[in-house]
Amino acid sequence: MKNKLLLIFITSIFIIIFIFFYKGLQNTNIYTPETKINNKIPLFNGELFYINKTVNSSDLFKSDKFYLLNIWSSWCVPCRQEHSLLMDLSKSKKVELIGINYKDTKVNAKFFLAEFGNPYKKIIFDQNGVNAIEWGAYGVPESFLINDGIIIKRYIGPLNKKLFKEIKSLIK
Amino acid sequence: MLYSVIGYYSLILGLCFGLILILFSVKNFQNSKFNTKILSFTFLQFFFVVISFLCLVVSFILSDFSNETVFNNSHTTKPLFYKIAGTWGNHEGSLLLWLFVLTLFILIFLLKSKNQPTKYKILTLVFQQIIIIGFFVFLIKTSNPFNFLFPTPEEGLGLNPILQDPALAIHPPILYLGYVGSSIIFSSALAATSLNLITKSWATHIKKWVLISWIFLTLGILLGSIWAYYELGWGGFWFWDPVENVSLMPWLALTTLLHCILVLEKKLILTSWVIILSISTFTLSMCGTFLVRSGILNSVHTFANDPERGLFILIFLFSLIFLSLFIFFFFHKSNKDTPTSFFWLSKETSIIINNWFMMYFLSVVLIGTVYPIFLDVLSSQKISVGPPFYHKLIIPFLIPFLIAMAIGPKLKWIKSNIEDRVYLILLLVISIILSFLIVKNFDSNFLLNTILVSSALYLFFITLRDFFIKKYSNLSQNIAHFGFSLLILSILFNNLFSSEIVTNLKVGETFENSKTKIVFESIGQKKEKNYESIVTNFIIENSNGVNENLSPELRIYNKPNIVTSEADIKTTLMSDKFIVINIVQNQDYFNVRYQVKPFMLWIWFSVLLISFGGLMSFFKKEYEK
Repeated sequence: MKNKLLLIFITSIFIIIFIFFYKGLQNTNIYTPETKINNKIPLFNGELFYINKTVNSSDLFKSDKFYLLNIWSSWCVPCRQEHSLLMDLSKSKKVELIGINYKDTKVNAKFFLAEFGNPYKKIIFDQNGVNAIEWGAYGVPESFLINDGIIIKRYIGPLNKKLFKEIKSLIK
Repeated sequence: MLYSVIGYYSLILGLCFGLILILFSVKNFQNSKFNTKILSFTFLQFFFVVISFLCLVVSFILSDFSNETVFNNSHTTKPLFYKIAGTWGNHEGSLLLWLFVLTLFILIFLLKSKNQPTKYKILTLVFQQIIIIGFFVFLIKTSNPFNFLFPTPEEGLGLNPILQDPALAIHPPILYLGYVGSSIIFSSALAATSLNLITKSWATHIKKWVLISWIFLTLGILLGSIWAYYELGWGGFWFWDPVENVSLMPWLALTTLLHCILVLEKKLILTSWVIILSISTFTLSMCGTFLVRSGILNSVHTFANDPERGLFILIFLFSLIFLSLFIFFFFHKSNKDTPTSFFWLSKETSIIINNWFMMYFLSVVLIGTVYPIFLDVLSSQKISVGPPFYHKLIIPFLIPFLIAMAIGPKLKWIKSNIEDRVYLILLLVISIILSFLIVKNFDSNFLLNTILVSSALYLFFITLRDFFIKKYSNLSQNIAHFGFSLLILSILFNNLFSSEIVTNLKVGETFENSKTKIVFESIGQKKEKNYESIVTNFIIENSNGVNENLSPELRIYNKPNIVTSEADIKTTLMSDKFIVINIVQNQDYFNVRYQVKPFMLWIWFSVLLISFGGLMSFFKKEYEK
């Protein structure tokens, strides 16, 4: 009797795990941008990474050109993957990259940039994750494409070659 | 073209033999006769898989781009060595390798277990064939390595340059020997459970398989680590990346199993532990395959993002899990005659303590790996679990684990007193004082580091002392435990004493601080078959005037076009000097990262020592008296 209950219990646990994996499988790589699209960028104050200076959102996104806001961290493995794409993108004159360094230490972040290169024009040092919350970010990495003060696209998770092409065609 | 056809049909023939074998075995099972035809069919199945595998290798060597796998992963300018290694450097080829090892192992198993009961042998074969057929169908249906491309392309797409490394060329085969070895343990445990054959002699028989899979798994993980250290150029050797985790999880389960089997062999207790661990070792290996290959986790090693493949492995994996659950619950009868409670101070207790620690480490790694998936499903949040999580949860528990590991092997079966207490306490005091002296120069996390280092040192001293005590005869275990203490110590010292300089330099410039002087001597170019490289030369001068020449490279691979930085590493007995350069955008400057990493060689060496302990045990006839 006791054995049977245990069997049912364990079986149901495994069934639940199965369902989770199954659902996870279908979710794979589908990053649906939902909130904040076509909205104005949030107003916020942030601390610059290299100099101890506070800036606000209107300073950062002054002109009417394209910006890609990228939330990253040195401890985040997918960030390493997408970094080469960001480096590529930083060569383009049409878009300016702004980084938000999320819950990181300056020392590690500097190593990361030294290792993989620094694609960002400006970096905001977001040690306690407040700025990321103001953007409604889910986690790292996450990127926002901004034009004329308006968020036109949002990418949750690392950028890949396909999304990279999409960004390139959007900023043309 | 021709080879693809031969390879493909050999696979189908192999599958047919699998089906025939199952039918045949069921028939033989009823009249419990071991027909010699079973052996020849198993051999034929293995033979066809070998043919198929060789066909793929030949297609790679000949750069036959009418084969889709070859087209996707090879290139004519690649050196021959990497053409061959490229065979298993991709999803399809590595699965074929997996099948190759699966069929090889069952053949060896049948040849080596002539004295085992017939029914047991046949049933093991049936379970193993279920796994093999599953892989055949998976390979043929979702990831056929012999797909045609027409018209035939002129050139291939090339192998990812970071995979072009000698350590990585042999890493998958070695790791697979470990993974697949666990499939034999799985089938055999299920067979023995269904026939109620979990006995001391079964333990002796399966112990060899546990050991051999454990040795290969350990070596496979080591090779992966070495590759990460030399090739990824990030200066670390373990990143808690999901793919590393999925190889660590079966290792933890297998290590626990190894200890349980030894107890089972002596005392016929812990049978449930042994069965569950045998099942979970293999399911964890499979689960790893699922997580890595389905693209459900984002990782550097993910070969393909094909949901269909993921679904197949998922269903297959859970069918195996439910099958084994069913067998465990309905056939396993726990032994009533053996006592279930032990005296608190005995070898049995210490092994159980070891088990629970290992299960704790295993669950930490498991949760860290799959939690992002669960969270994603529940709330569509994407997170990644980083090293801080693992460090915070594992390190505090490592301390009692190390101490238990030092004292546990000294205990005797059933009931024991701790002998020579004076020595044990003396060594503990020495370890604490020593580690205090070592750690006191470092202000960060002083208390934790002292305790950690002293517990590792304690294990180190105790195992070291045991080498000199004659009456203590279990050498292989002592070597493995000594290796483990050395591993933990090396990792700790490596973390504590590493130093790093990051700076930007032009050719001819010099960086200097109180301890080190870095001179950027020269820069040159080199052209190889599959890449061009910028070779730089640095002279490192340390405070006592020793000069060291280091030449890190930047490689520009032609197919596919990727720039990689090759670190130059000077390895000495006590420390590694590690230098890596990177281009700074639009400038003549190079970003230079110079690290001194002590005890790197000892990390590799200690893991080798651990596996050597296993190897000794493998060749030893009797375990203890």
